[in-house]
Amino acid sequence: MTPLAVTVQFQDDWWSVLQTDFMRNALIGGSLVAVAAGLLGYFVITRSNAFAAHALAHIGFPGATGAILVGAPITLGLAVFCVGGGLLIGLLGRRVAEREIATGTVLAFATGLGVLFGSLASANASTTTSVLFGNLLAVSDDELVVFALFTAGVALALAVIARPLVFASVDPAVAEARGVPVRALGVAFVVLLALTITMAVQVVGTLLLFGLVVTPAATALRLTARPGRVAAIAVAIALLSVWTGLVLAAMVDLPPSFFVVTVSVLVWACVLVATRGPGGVHRGHGHAGGHTHDAVPTTGSATAL
Amino acid sequence: MSAPAGLATPGTGDTARPPALVLDDVRVVRGGRTVWSQGTLAVPAGAIVGVIGPNGAGKTTLFQVALGLLPIAAGRVEVLGAVPRRGDRRIGYVPQNYTAALGDAIRCRDLVTLGVTGHRFGLRRTTAAERARVDEALRRVGALEYADRRMSQLSGGQQQRVAIAQAIVDDAELLLLDEPLANLDLRNQQEIVTLLGELRRERAVTIMVVAHDLNPLLPVLTDAVYLLDGHPHHDPIGEVVQEDLLTHLYGTTVRVVRTAQGDLFTRATGPDPA
Repeated sequence: MTPLAVTVQFQDDWWSVLQTDFMRNALIGGSLVAVAAGLLGYFVITRSNAFAAHALAHIGFPGATGAILVGAPITLGLAVFCVGGGLLIGLLGRRVAEREIATGTVLAFATGLGVLFGSLASANASTTTSVLFGNLLAVSDDELVVFALFTAGVALALAVIARPLVFASVDPAVAEARGVPVRALGVAFVVLLALTITMAVQVVGTLLLFGLVVTPAATALRLTARPGRVAAIAVAIALLSVWTGLVLAAMVDLPPSFFVVTVSVLVWACVLVATRGPGGVHRGHGHAGGHTHDAVPTTGSATAL
Repeated sequence: MSAPAGLATPGTGDTARPPALVLDDVRVVRGGRTVWSQGTLAVPAGAIVGVIGPNGAGKTTLFQVALGLLPIAAGRVEVLGAVPRRGDRRIGYVPQNYTAALGDAIRCRDLVTLGVTGHRFGLRRTTAAERARVDEALRRVGALEYADRRMSQLSGGQQQRVAIAQAIVDDAELLLLDEPLANLDLRNQQEIVTLLGELRRERAVTIMVVAHDLNPLLPVLTDAVYLLDGHPHHDPIGEVVQEDLLTHLYGTTVRVVRTAQGDLFTRATGPDPA
């Protein structure tokens, strides 16, 4: 067995590695994914869609192996399964509790299909590995074009629906009474999420997707609750993670997915520590005297009817 | 439009305006089950109405009908002189358990702002006039000082104020408040009740309040809608706070007590109706 120190070796030529075509594609592709993922993160969290986001990434797995089976582009297979799975989850589960069950069921079936397709296509282990863990260094020119279109589409669609989507996400009951098309926005959001996940899966893989979609927005939410700022900070953290991850990967010649996710998680951990404690901006409590739930017994004058 | 013929017009409201809510032989069905039926009543504009009845009687359902969220199975409904429709900007709504569902991810000020701009698609910025309205609504309910904090950082009473600010920010003519006093201590209950009385005087708004406990609301209520034996009824509050009616309504013996100061209280005194 090779000693770890030999496996992890500093690459003196990392700067020239960064200037290669595949690194350039990785930087551009990773940045496009970071932008889309950062923009959507706020909604994934406020809509309690984190499990669905995670599941969608896995639901993409049979799409990828199925695409290999029939000789179609992997991006297409991923997109079809992610969007289809998202719509199915949206249709089956309207409330959060139902959605968890619907998500889990669709997820199980999709993963089963993925194993079947992978076996039928006799996809080798490295193909499966690249779907599960992403392979940023294998982003092709064609995929870059697709990524650019997806990211532009996500950004444009969000520009149009962002405000009602915020309303429908944080305050669905009032939004519905106010005439906001809550259901339709939910479906639109799932489609945007599925497109983003289609890209993100190829960057960080189905298993590490959280690091780009959920973690940067969760970090931003600890710093501010203003949706626009959350999106801006989340995009910045996601970009930082992708860029730093790629440079580190070039330096030691190891998979970038690990470093991308590690940077994202480290930023989150630092912010978590910094915003905790008495001076933290987060989870402060109400004004003195304003506390309500158990302060005064309510039986003083009358029995509740 | 006016109330259906044959309805008694309670003396508490503003008779120059159309009634805030009119039901004419309305039946509401949900999941194949009739929630209530033979609903015929008219809530006068400018009233503060307690909506009372045992659990599951259909109080929240009445609100959903008024908001146009639930189609009726039979009859006719009018809200502020028109057929109910989703997105009627003249109605402010605070759902049940509202504030508990709101998480970390929104500031009070932004939540109230959504009451003005939240239905709008596109990227247009909030105007100075709209921001001023948000400030005014927050000031009116006494929430301006914590407007920049997150909803999750506030106490229950503070959250309820912000929720009411969102409901009034668009100059609603009818407020539908579902259990606004739930989980509040006595002081906060009384402050919210006082606020409702002030809003009614200042804005000539009609307020309907779903409540389990009538007592904290009695100082300001002018009318009540009560759901009795599967039918909604409406009467001035004085005719509703009667021992035999409340006893029948809640299925447990209820006494009505008038204190030395003249305040009315209701008390449940026994498990079985006499």
